[in-house]
Amino acid sequence: MTSILNFIEAMGKYDFLQTAMITATMVGIMSGLIGSFIILRGMSLMGDAVSHAVLPGVAVAFMFNLNLLIGASIFGVLAAILIGFVATHSKLKTDTSIGVIFSAFYALGFILISLAESATNLHHILFGNVLAVSDNDLISTTVVLAIVILFVVVFYKELLVTSFDETYAKTYGLNTTLVHYSLMIVLTLVTVSALQTVGIILVVAMLITPAATAFLWTDRMHVLLLLSASLGIVAAVGGLYASYTFNWASGPAIVLVSAIIFGISFVVSPKQGLLFKQKPKTAPAAVTLKEELDA
Amino acid sequence: MLEIKNLTVAYDNSPVFEALDVTFESGKITGIIGPNGAGKSTLIKGLLNLIPKRSGSVLIDGQKIKKVSNKIAYVEQRKALDLTFPINVFDVVLTGTYGKLGLFKVPGNAEKQIAYTALDQVNLLDYQDRQIGNLSGGQLQRVFVARAIAQEADIIILDEPFVGIDIKSERDIMAIIKYWRDEGKTIIVVHHDLNKVFDYFDNLVILNHGIVASGSVAQTYTPENIQQAFSADLSAVLFDDTKKVGSAS
Repeated sequence: MTSILNFIEAMGKYDFLQTAMITATMVGIMSGLIGSFIILRGMSLMGDAVSHAVLPGVAVAFMFNLNLLIGASIFGVLAAILIGFVATHSKLKTDTSIGVIFSAFYALGFILISLAESATNLHHILFGNVLAVSDNDLISTTVVLAIVILFVVVFYKELLVTSFDETYAKTYGLNTTLVHYSLMIVLTLVTVSALQTVGIILVVAMLITPAATAFLWTDRMHVLLLLSASLGIVAAVGGLYASYTFNWASGPAIVLVSAIIFGISFVVSPKQGLLFKQKPKTAPAAVTLKEELDA
Repeated sequence: MLEIKNLTVAYDNSPVFEALDVTFESGKITGIIGPNGAGKSTLIKGLLNLIPKRSGSVLIDGQKIKKVSNKIAYVEQRKALDLTFPINVFDVVLTGTYGKLGLFKVPGNAEKQIAYTALDQVNLLDYQDRQIGNLSGGQLQRVFVARAIAQEADIIILDEPFVGIDIKSERDIMAIIKYWRDEGKTIIVVHHDLNKVFDYFDNLVILNHGIVASGSVAQTYTPENIQQAFSADLSAVLFDDTKKVGSAS
């Protein structure tokens, strides 16, 4: 208990801890929202790929003193386009295409970063350092959060229908390619923001784990989104607390807290049914039979 | 009315069919039959622009299909949809209203009413809160038919709608199809069960890498055409059977 009180006291005392808390919370919300669509579209690997593919963009931004978000977004989207291009213009499967492209981008990023200079930067990029977030970073994270919320609210219908049944969406005239690439752009923005909190290597955990945990608890899309965003917040706050109290690196601490919540949910959630059986719904076969008799 | 002109679709340079012309009349149920691999689903996917076509145009009441894509409803062949998706029956049917709504608009009371009515028509109101994985095959197919109702389309295309579903669902879906026909809509059904051709369809398109015959069932469902599209054996068995059934009843 005292450690929690200590943590709260420190929050009041240190600006950097407040900033870290605000940033991590915002990142938790945005990655929870976008992550929900990523897991439903079976694009977890794509999320991982885009998060790694932004590395050359980060390097270029450092080199030329550009805005990190812009530099990283260009490379993230470029990677998403190349992955799509290779997959549609060859007989290779998408996961293969992802593997080739993202490792190449990642490698290029490493070389550019080492050319760019200091090794501490690389360490921060790879593992995150939420305790060193600047005011500018805070502003850009806020902007990205606003974009994400706006995107999900305004295009909820389109995101839902293309995630569930893309063929149907095409037949009524929706531009599903545009929806896909818009999601990729937003995913890239989220990735770059999450980079500061948990680092490139663990970004995918922020995207996937809270959404996957929420999926274990609900059958409704809007509940999934809200729950996933909330779990993102819980992971951020819990992780920072653990980081402060046990002197753990903040990024891995956030990811571990998230994974522990997933683990608990996996065991106890009724939908999963490992411990408690969900209230039995009439088995489909029995319904059919009953209907046959009624008819 | 739906017109297909000069349609060519090819996979890997070998055309499934070339320069195909066919017209589907409104107020009629048109069955598309043909052996496996004859290009039935390819014809549907080609006309819907779901696969690239090498040539051809598709007109709905004289207008290019791309301009009026929300006039078409398509009930796909039962497929590997993600049945764990967090969506319930009602919300699936509600997506039927999205095409007419367009971007930036949220489904309101009017759209919800459309979805309720559609669910009622396929007798699934009691199942509206069910997650879609908790349905039988027949119920799931009726959900997609309800979504097509909610689309309020003029042209409805169903690809093998009766495969693997129970008798009640087949009857319910057929009743909806006939209701659509009586409303003057154009209905196209890809079908493989030749026994029900007379019961189900007004017109027939017999396909085997191109049109073998098209027109009213009476004109097209002949031993010669079946023999040409399928095989002499099948034709002999089928038309022999029809006679027996006819004389018995």
